[in-house]
Amino acid sequence: MNSSSAIRVTGLTHHYDDRCAVNDLSFDVEVGEIFAFVGPNGGGKTTLFRVLSTLVPLQKGDAAIFGHSLRTDASEIRRQIGVVFQAPGLDHKLSVDENLRHQGHLYGLTAASLRERCDKMLSQLGLTARRGDLVEKLSGGLRRRVELAKGMLHRPRLLLLDEPSTGLDPAARNDLWTYLRQIREQEDVTVVLTTHLLEEAERADRIAILDKGNLVALDTPDALRDTVGGDAITIQTADSRQLADDIGAEFQFPVEVIDGAVRLEQPEGHRLIARIVEAFPGRVDAVTFSRPSLEDVFIDRTGHRFCQDGAPEKG
Amino acid sequence: MTESTATINERPAGPWLAVWTLCQRELVRFFRQRNRVIGAVGQPVLFWILFGAGFGSSFSMPGGDNGHTTYFQYYFPGTLVLIILFTAIFATISIIEDRREGFLQAVLVAPVPRWALVLGKVFGGSLIALAQGVLFLALGMTIGIPFSLLQILVVILYMFVIAVGLTALGFTIAWRLDSTQGFHAIMSIFLIPMWLLSGAFFPADDSWLRWVLRVNPLTYAVAGLRRLLYWDPFSQAADVPFPDLPSPSVCYLVTVLFSAASLIVAWQTARRTTKGDLLS
Repeated sequence: MNSSSAIRVTGLTHHYDDRCAVNDLSFDVEVGEIFAFVGPNGGGKTTLFRVLSTLVPLQKGDAAIFGHSLRTDASEIRRQIGVVFQAPGLDHKLSVDENLRHQGHLYGLTAASLRERCDKMLSQLGLTARRGDLVEKLSGGLRRRVELAKGMLHRPRLLLLDEPSTGLDPAARNDLWTYLRQIREQEDVTVVLTTHLLEEAERADRIAILDKGNLVALDTPDALRDTVGGDAITIQTADSRQLADDIGAEFQFPVEVIDGAVRLEQPEGHRLIARIVEAFPGRVDAVTFSRPSLEDVFIDRTGHRFCQDGAPEKG
Repeated sequence: MTESTATINERPAGPWLAVWTLCQRELVRFFRQRNRVIGAVGQPVLFWILFGAGFGSSFSMPGGDNGHTTYFQYYFPGTLVLIILFTAIFATISIIEDRREGFLQAVLVAPVPRWALVLGKVFGGSLIALAQGVLFLALGMTIGIPFSLLQILVVILYMFVIAVGLTALGFTIAWRLDSTQGFHAIMSIFLIPMWLLSGAFFPADDSWLRWVLRVNPLTYAVAGLRRLLYWDPFSQAADVPFPDLPSPSVCYLVTVLFSAASLIVAWQTARRTTKGDLLS
């Protein structure tokens, strides 16, 4: 067992009835990383999150958190992880303070140490002035901060967050990331989160891309972008299959059709565009040129687009 | 590891602390929801007014050899059990709300054994039910039944045991359900008949109902309460005025066993992962 792994997963497979949600995943998360699982809805992120947070039992494969097996040592793992679910877990009829106090009791914190932790979390997250308010009176952004306070109250070594930025405005999203970086720096907390937003995942140290339950890529955002062979060019046209074949025949490189558009990745893309437009006059309706993004990485690995419908994963 | 993270496990999470905090939360939530408090106070008062208003007349128990048992005396213990049944079981509906609001998920991933979760919820619901029972008991003293202090204490303890059994039963049912509507359906086809056939409403006769009454644990709860309420510690004639009831020791034993069994079933139920745990 590598002692520097916060999470080590080998051959993890999970089924709901006969639907395979997660298929043979293996990966390590190092201590002190901010690690993001990104993927379209139904990609398996939430299932993975449920397994790692001990909410559902391990079916097949193995997983260990700080060297403790999820299969045999869930109660020890529960002490060491903080969990922030996508569905809010606050009691709306209780105040912010009361929510934190009950949470502290569940984790064995009492009296002075509980008070001290509550005070610290509330001031770190800018909630001190609202501590006496009932949760039902708070805005969505403030509630998410209370969730974070709850998750971090017992000083977990690993914080797991499921779609933490859902429902947050850009400013609140920035605050969230500032906070995550802060606890990583100051308290050496490993942060693992899921997201269905590629631009959010780019903020993590390393990302794992999940698609249909499979791990399709795992590296730093920069390293992943470097794997895509150059600039991405997308061409809108009436008959994309025909144009793709013609371009392929003319220039001798692979050309794909994705979602009705011709798509190719080549170095020196800006020069190539001019040559394509000249070679096929009248057949190009519109051209998009982009530096490789994580979306290109995703398309490169899966052969289809990353559908972003903004809706959180269900099921 | 740095020092800050080394302090996490300075003490293991105490399960009894979790029981206490979940129980306390149940009570705080109850008292913050004004309609629930009004309902809880209103129900016993309503029954008390009905009894006081017109049902004080003489009532002859079928099969009994004593014509002097009043209607009120006959129905009082059953009504007490009904109040406990309603409140105890409705209190556990909160488990469905806890699920829907996501609070339960956070408890499920906390280092808390499931029995502590069950006890916390059940004790919380039982105390609310008990408070209502005590209120009705106090009202009952104003219309006819004299209680000694010892008797009151024993009756309260006994009511608590009944409440724990019924709340645990409600917990078991509610754990598998994802809507409160489903709970109401089970309430009307299962729980209300269970009360009706407990001897609270009519005594056992010789038909097949006698057998239903005999296997219904609530029968023993009602009978035990009946005995305790009309129990005179200084009299040897303990069986009067209810010669047909099961003996006191059988009543108490069955009631305690019922509560213990309900708790165990609730605990086993809560250990299993259900689809409802997976909220998001």
